[in-house]
Amino acid sequence: MSYLDLDNLSKSFKDDKIISNLNAKIDKGEFFVVFGPSGSGKTVLLRLLSGIMMADSGEIKMDNQIINELHPEERDVSMAFQNFALYPHMKAYENIASPLRAKNKNMPENEIHEKVNEIANLLKIGHVLNQFPKELSNGQKQRTSLARSLVDKPSVVLLDDPLRNVDAKIRFEMRLELPKVLKEFNTTVIYITQDFREAMALGDRIAVLYDGKFNDIDSPKNIYQNPSSLTTAKLFGDPTINNFDATIKKQDGFVKVDVNGEIFNLKRNTKIQDGKCIVGIRPEDIVLSNDHSENSIEVEFRTKTPLNLRIVFLVRLKNGLELLCSTTEEESHLIDENKKMYIYFIEEKSHFFDIETKRNLE
Amino acid sequence: MSINVWSILKFFAYVAIIMFFLFPIAWIFNMSFMTNDEILRKVPVLFYEPTFKNYIGLWEGEIAIEGFATMYVYFKQNLINSAILSVGSVSVTLLLGVPAAYAFARYKFKGGEDIAFTLLSFRFAPALLIILPLNLYFSEIGLYDSYFALIWVYQLITLPLLLWIVRGYFEDISPDIEYAYRLDGHSWFQSFWKISIPLAKPGIAAASLLCFIYAWNNFVFALILGSSQIQPVTVGALAFITASAIPYGLIACGIVVSVLPTLILALFIQKYLVQGLSLGAIKG
Repeated sequence: MSYLDLDNLSKSFKDDKIISNLNAKIDKGEFFVVFGPSGSGKTVLLRLLSGIMMADSGEIKMDNQIINELHPEERDVSMAFQNFALYPHMKAYENIASPLRAKNKNMPENEIHEKVNEIANLLKIGHVLNQFPKELSNGQKQRTSLARSLVDKPSVVLLDDPLRNVDAKIRFEMRLELPKVLKEFNTTVIYITQDFREAMALGDRIAVLYDGKFNDIDSPKNIYQNPSSLTTAKLFGDPTINNFDATIKKQDGFVKVDVNGEIFNLKRNTKIQDGKCIVGIRPEDIVLSNDHSENSIEVEFRTKTPLNLRIVFLVRLKNGLELLCSTTEEESHLIDENKKMYIYFIEEKSHFFDIETKRNLE
Repeated sequence: MSINVWSILKFFAYVAIIMFFLFPIAWIFNMSFMTNDEILRKVPVLFYEPTFKNYIGLWEGEIAIEGFATMYVYFKQNLINSAILSVGSVSVTLLLGVPAAYAFARYKFKGGEDIAFTLLSFRFAPALLIILPLNLYFSEIGLYDSYFALIWVYQLITLPLLLWIVRGYFEDISPDIEYAYRLDGHSWFQSFWKISIPLAKPGIAAASLLCFIYAWNNFVFALILGSSQIQPVTVGALAFITASAIPYGLIACGIVVSVLPTLILALFIQKYLVQGLSLGAIKG
């Protein structure tokens, strides 16, 4: 039984459809990452869930109750904003205590004190509680904002790209700490990000948002290895997935991929039909070497560059098609660029997409 | 060397500017402690024995000027009137203007901009243009010569002023801060009261001060729409000039007394203005 149920949600501004017929079922305690390129409507979606904006149509159900019409203060939802949205005229302590004072007017001061300090210590901002937001560093502001959203143990926490405005060191620290802290509270987390690495590191499931709806909702591993469309495949991965038009022909247990006369033989089974399609293959799934093997194709070396502890090679086929392939650093030492170079695809890692719809054909 | 010449020139420039602005005030202040005789000397005296006769006379409502009959003034009442009118109109303006400014800043509604601009346009019209019809209406509906009527008319001056200044301050507050407060579980009104208003406080303080000064200094409306019972100091000061005498000392004294409240208020509010500047300096 899902806890949060988004049913055909739509929102547009004038003629601009931001969210259209979006569906999702989110379980209690799940870390649900909404990932999408900028301008895809992630923040609008979060605002619909929090009640800051009202949906044009569709339903938001929480624990089987329709909450569409409820005001923000009536929903058991809290949110950490991308720009922190701390109250500049209140000290960090009062910022964090705000939800406690709002929801339970008679909470004794020592209980508030206890709860604020507990969450502050958990997030390591216990020493700055007496300071105003303007005196805090960005990392501290961000933790204060997180503390405020967590202090009252809400059923659903919405996090709007909270690591966007902090420096790389804090971002990495928080990426490690955040899941631990959130698991402790057993709340349902909806986390927005533009960074696919962050999405893959944090999410129990990732929902990929573009064209106004979730195009994939799946575990990070599945989305990476089996994207539903070329667009999704392009969003995950750095460098992005190679893709090119090709003609497919199945023959004797092989899939023959014909790219303008160059033929890759992939030893694998597939249910797709013979014909034209787009082939996608990630740079790390292309094997590069100086040795010719049965199914490899000769390529010409263009250039190489290090990226994220791997070496990315740009190579060119005889027909002019350029491909990116990446190897580990050790592997790259074994390759002599002045000799002939060959590539082959790791069979099961190649993807076939429809030419028109860009959907994954498998 | 050139720096020295610069700084000397700069020094004289400052002195000139300060003299230009402060000399009249200093002179008036001096005059208020002089007798009419001393003021009217052909060679102005710089050293004299200060007298509090003018202040005492102003307070008691009657003053004997050498060589003339005793004068009766209602300055005390005028001062009270000024206070009632100014405080009254600023209060009404705050009550109406702050929520209105918030509405104009946050919500886009049909004709919103037009209404806001119409309100502003009240400030374009010269007071004399509307004073005659107003006078006729007010006499007709029995509002002539009442505090209420003057406070109402003063809104023409103060309300647009406050509205447009405070609106800008509200627009500068990120709506996310208000949403965050509501997501904490506070109602809309609480977020308005606890977040929006405190954050716009410097703007509200500055606008209130300006409104107070405008209301305090108003002359025409008070002259035409009220009798001496409710007239403020600006109009009351006219009574000093009689056919038999012009008591300069008394006038100077009246000016000093009527400038004081605005001055004190400005000094008091300055604290909030500065506080507001430092709050806004770094984004929260």
